Amino acid sequence: MARTLPATDVVIIGLGWTGSILAQELTGAGLNVVAIERGPWRDTSTDFPTTYAQDELRYHIHHDLFLRPAQQTQTFRNNPSQTALPIRTWGSFMPPNGVGGGGVHWNGQTWRFLPSDFQLKTHLTQRYGAKFLPPDMTIQDWGVSYDDLEPYYDKFEYLCGTSGKAGNIKGQKQAGGNPFEGPRSRDYPTPPQKQPYAPTLFAQAATELGYSPFPQPSGNLSQAYTNPYGVKLGPCTFCGFCEWFGCGNYSKASPQTTILPALVRRSNFEARTECEVTRINLDDSGKRATGVTYVDASGEEWEQPAQLVLLCAFQLFNVHLLLLSGIGKPYDPSLGEGVIGRNYSYQVTSGVNAFFDDKNFNPFVASGAIGMVIDDFNGDNFDHGPQGFVGGGYIAAAQTNGRPILGTLTPKGTPKWGAAWKEAVAKNYLSSYSAATHGSCYSYRGAYLDLDPTYTDPLGRKLMRITFDFNQNELKMSQFLTDRLADIVQKMGPRQLEKSPRTGPYDISIYQTTHTCGGAIMGSDPKTSALNRYLQNWDVPNLFVMGASAFPQNAGYNPTGTVGALAYWAADAIINQYLKSPGPLVHV
Amino acid sequence: MRKNSGRPGQSRRQVLGELLAGTAIGLVLSSSSVRARIIAGALPWAPGAGSAPTPVQPGAWQYFTPEEASAVEAIVDRLIPPDPQTPGGKDVGCAVFIDRQLAGPYGSAQGLYMRPPFMDGTAQQGAQSPLTPAQRYRQALAELDKYCRDAYVGKSFAELTDDQKDKVLGALENGPITFEGSSATAFFQQVLTNTREGFFADPVYGGNRDMAAWKMIGFPGARYDYRDWIERHNEPYPLPPVGIVGKPA
Repeated sequence: MARTLPATDVVIIGLGWTGSILAQELTGAGLNVVAIERGPWRDTSTDFPTTYAQDELRYHIHHDLFLRPAQQTQTFRNNPSQTALPIRTWGSFMPPNGVGGGGVHWNGQTWRFLPSDFQLKTHLTQRYGAKFLPPDMTIQDWGVSYDDLEPYYDKFEYLCGTSGKAGNIKGQKQAGGNPFEGPRSRDYPTPPQKQPYAPTLFAQAATELGYSPFPQPSGNLSQAYTNPYGVKLGPCTFCGFCEWFGCGNYSKASPQTTILPALVRRSNFEARTECEVTRINLDDSGKRATGVTYVDASGEEWEQPAQLVLLCAFQLFNVHLLLLSGIGKPYDPSLGEGVIGRNYSYQVTSGVNAFFDDKNFNPFVASGAIGMVIDDFNGDNFDHGPQGFVGGGYIAAAQTNGRPILGTLTPKGTPKWGAAWKEAVAKNYLSSYSAATHGSCYSYRGAYLDLDPTYTDPLGRKLMRITFDFNQNELKMSQFLTDRLADIVQKMGPRQLEKSPRTGPYDISIYQTTHTCGGAIMGSDPKTSALNRYLQNWDVPNLFVMGASAFPQNAGYNPTGTVGALAYWAADAIINQYLKSPGPLVHV
Repeated sequence: MRKNSGRPGQSRRQVLGELLAGTAIGLVLSSSSVRARIIAGALPWAPGAGSAPTPVQPGAWQYFTPEEASAVEAIVDRLIPPDPQTPGGKDVGCAVFIDRQLAGPYGSAQGLYMRPPFMDGTAQQGAQSPLTPAQRYRQALAELDKYCRDAYVGKSFAELTDDQKDKVLGALENGPITFEGSSATAFFQQVLTNTREGFFADPVYGGNRDMAAWKMIGFPGARYDYRDWIERHNEPYPLPPVGIVGKPA
């Protein structure tokens, strides 16, 4: 039996990017905020110091900063004819754990989605006709526009100190930036990162082919920066240990480097770590959240009452907690009805490996978000009519790392062991290069999340079940993007080039990205979305749900910039609308 | 390697029990306290509170029997054979690395989801074996020994010629060798993965002795700052590798 603690104004579930942003904004508005986090507290100096943060075995191979599957995992199947089986060790994606969440160990790519991405269904239907879309594709408009979100994208970028070059300031195209981006109110807070050799060659080749390369917007800072909360970041040293690792230099934007030092000083904030929220509690009407129940490190159950509940965990765990709490109608794919678990989507990535004779790329001189990119084939930046698919992605020459356990490339046909393997590794390490595409993943009627009938976690709760596969539309897109990437890399002059477009079926055991999306999506219609345009739950108005679980489908960009912008957008709506008149912010 | 909980620096933690007495939130509870870490008022920073890796020490095998160890030493030395420039898997310590890994949390599959039922699925559903890595090695090495003694008149794997060893390893990798009770191919993949890990991981874990693997490819290790080289395009990096224990090669 849970014992009840004194009530607070706001309880936040999960202290990652969105939880930290909401906590900072709402404590600033005078509310008392308690954040409950399943994982440990994490600090730069204690948890990822420069003396041992650069440990590939510990952090990449053994997943030291991530959630343990023993504590919580999901089951997976490609389609309903299969029996879903548990993800026993992480593969395709890496669920975060602990204070800072995925912000601790991301690469730092800080993108805005395109204006057309937010009106996707309307835009594509108007341009190509409804019949151009696959019949089982369930894409939707977001209920919010790029123009609505622009001030909040700006806020997130100025929180992070993002290093980049604007391509469009208030409608004026800017040389050297992304000509396809939506208009921004001002340039990035810091200039782009310096570029190593391979991205420089890629940009030259892309320019020769008539494309418009620009530096990737980076959360690894080009110079020291003090953000509006007064928190300071240092310049990136190109250490090559970004994604999967914490940053020892205070140079990767994260809750630790941008918010927490200011937030923790506020007397109306408290973080309670190593406590797992097991459900969101509702009153008898089912229309009001009364708080949360959580289990502490010793297994004791506690109830934390609150006026406002903010669900700020990772995408998969947001959806899981809604299903476990009985909030919203679970999605039924056979009827296409219900909202929780609906429109699960992902990201479609691919790559090209190239082997050179006369080049030394020093692959270890790297940062998570360094690189030169083209956006000519993202979203609807090009005519899809002749292509027979919708969607797109950016094409990038990044240089994220030269870590040797997983980062050594050998040409196809090389044995996997023995003298020939050893010779090939030694020969190609410095002179091989891998470039990538980062494509959209639209949503489909048959891709969804629900509770698994068989497998449970240590607390006896049903695991969440993922039913997902890539569709022909996305595989065609990946083939197209990979061919365009290969055209550019070919111009860089390799002796050998290998294309790896994404192919099906989707494999849960092979790392692709951690950009899982959807399942508790935002929209304009309570029948087809879990949240209104302010990320407020339609059924329970004192519950807001942050994160990529709100994406109706995924665009051809990394999600964090949009996740951050939506958090600031929701914080603004809570402070300036909800608190003045608690209740639904959208009436239908 | 440390786990996510029970971390160093715990002495700085306030549990809610302390707050029950002092109370930032005015609790009225009198029952036993919440076992949580409460962070409020200041960053819970403590000097020297990190958790650096513990260097592997040479010495007796911690998991392998002597027979298993000689088989594994022979395997890693064929997967990564010595050549005039670089020592092989055995001399750089890959078998020591694997032994220490199997004796630790990796070997017992700590942190992985190991709840039943265990069912075979599709290749896309990922590994579903109930065996821990340590159990897989023990079973598979026994099966390998049996196979070799049958096929090569009583000889163990370590006693075979290099050509014979390569033939056996190739037959584990791609068939036709099969094991009773576990997958020969899965074992091969595991030992290959672990051997590469030992070869390329920081020397603190017992392999990559003298940073031989890093020198072989030109990886400078744990240097962490390349600001002076970011725009030195196509120029070899001049400094030798360092490890996370700080020792230059």
